[in-house]
Amino acid sequence: MAQKIYPDAKAALDGLLFDGMTIAAGGFGLCGIPERLIDALVASGVKDLTVASNNCGIDNVALGKLLRTRQISKMISSYVGENKEFERQFLAGEVEVEFTPQGTLAERMRAGGAGIPGFYTKTGVGTQVAEGKELKEFDGETYVLERAIRADVSIIKGWKADETGNLMFRKTARNFNQPAATCGKVCIAEVEEIVPVGSLDPDCIHLPSIFVNRLIDGSPYEKQIEFRTVREREAA
Amino acid sequence: MPWDRNQMAARAAKELRDGYYVNLGIGIPTLVANCVPPGMTVTLQSENGMLGIGPFPYDEEVDPDLINAGKQTVSELPQTSFFDSATSFAMIRGGHIDLAVLGGMEVSEKGDLANWMVPGKMIKGMGGAMDLVAGVKKIIVVMEHVSKGGGAKFIPECTLPLTGRNVVDMIITDFAVFQRPDHDSPFKLIELAPDVTKEEVREKTTANYVE
Repeated sequence: MAQKIYPDAKAALDGLLFDGMTIAAGGFGLCGIPERLIDALVASGVKDLTVASNNCGIDNVALGKLLRTRQISKMISSYVGENKEFERQFLAGEVEVEFTPQGTLAERMRAGGAGIPGFYTKTGVGTQVAEGKELKEFDGETYVLERAIRADVSIIKGWKADETGNLMFRKTARNFNQPAATCGKVCIAEVEEIVPVGSLDPDCIHLPSIFVNRLIDGSPYEKQIEFRTVREREAA
Repeated sequence: MPWDRNQMAARAAKELRDGYYVNLGIGIPTLVANCVPPGMTVTLQSENGMLGIGPFPYDEEVDPDLINAGKQTVSELPQTSFFDSATSFAMIRGGHIDLAVLGGMEVSEKGDLANWMVPGKMIKGMGGAMDLVAGVKKIIVVMEHVSKGGGAKFIPECTLPLTGRNVVDMIITDFAVFQRPDHDSPFKLIELAPDVTKEEVREKTTANYVE
């Protein structure tokens, strides 16, 4: 059987990296981010990256690390707030941003993975997002043509995978990991646990193994929280 | 006396209906969740991939894998479901969400909304706002009536980059409520905060509207 499991993130990235490449990354804020793979990208020194990811981490956390080391030249993102270094680099013209509405970004990834080169959407019509793009009317409404994203490599974070790469996510850590996984020419998944084939219910697989080319067990994880909000327990 | 943040949220909550699926933006709109009338079932959608948002968790139940679109920790409900971002925006763009309550920097008299960028200053990004205004059935904007500098925010034409064109159905400010029945009609002043006069609203508004 073809072996998809690699000993660590460095090994999983071996032979795939080149300067100027495009990477699609899963995650929303700090939730469900492929942190082992990001650390390995930092260590690899690969540069001039275009990264398609909803956010760019926060200062020196997650993709913020790759920003700090100046390895990213362009982000395709919907939201890059809460990141001072990003703001500084952007205002200084050191990093480029293609602001893409969140749903359009998810669909650009999904389309890229599904063999659809572009699609029409109402999102962004009449705004600067639609500038320079083809507009078309359907049933009296105007839509804008958005292009799919095909990445050289996609990096994602899952919860559990079996040895063939059938993968499950956990709660809201699924987010962009699913569409990002499908749009890479090669998809590398890091998970919290690799389990034997047959131990996951086939009806409960979120990402079928065909979309996962390389797999690592990245545990143990110390998941970070951006805004910890709690309620008081009512007095008994 | 103008409404405070909680009162503005409570006013927005009057637009909720039993069975609605609702997306709430960050800031004052989030407070609407605290004002759902008893006995009414309203399901909150979070664009990062959750339907059925519960309250903030108890301290020992905090889970880093369970957050809302504002990246705050939340809890799940018995009826909660999770899904990926593409599916989430199929719900939003596909017209399956009944109501979205969003913040605003400017709204024009034609219903244009600007709430994502101040060129040269604020460069955070639009997040899911452009998708929400494009696809959700009804859009309510909740915002202060005037800016911190005292300038009108309900104006003839937006000066900031737009989030969407001709998308707003209702505006709730600390002074008043404006509504329009469809996207071809002008906004109408339908409600005033206690002790606020029509003249005062007129004075703080540069947009054209009907009374």
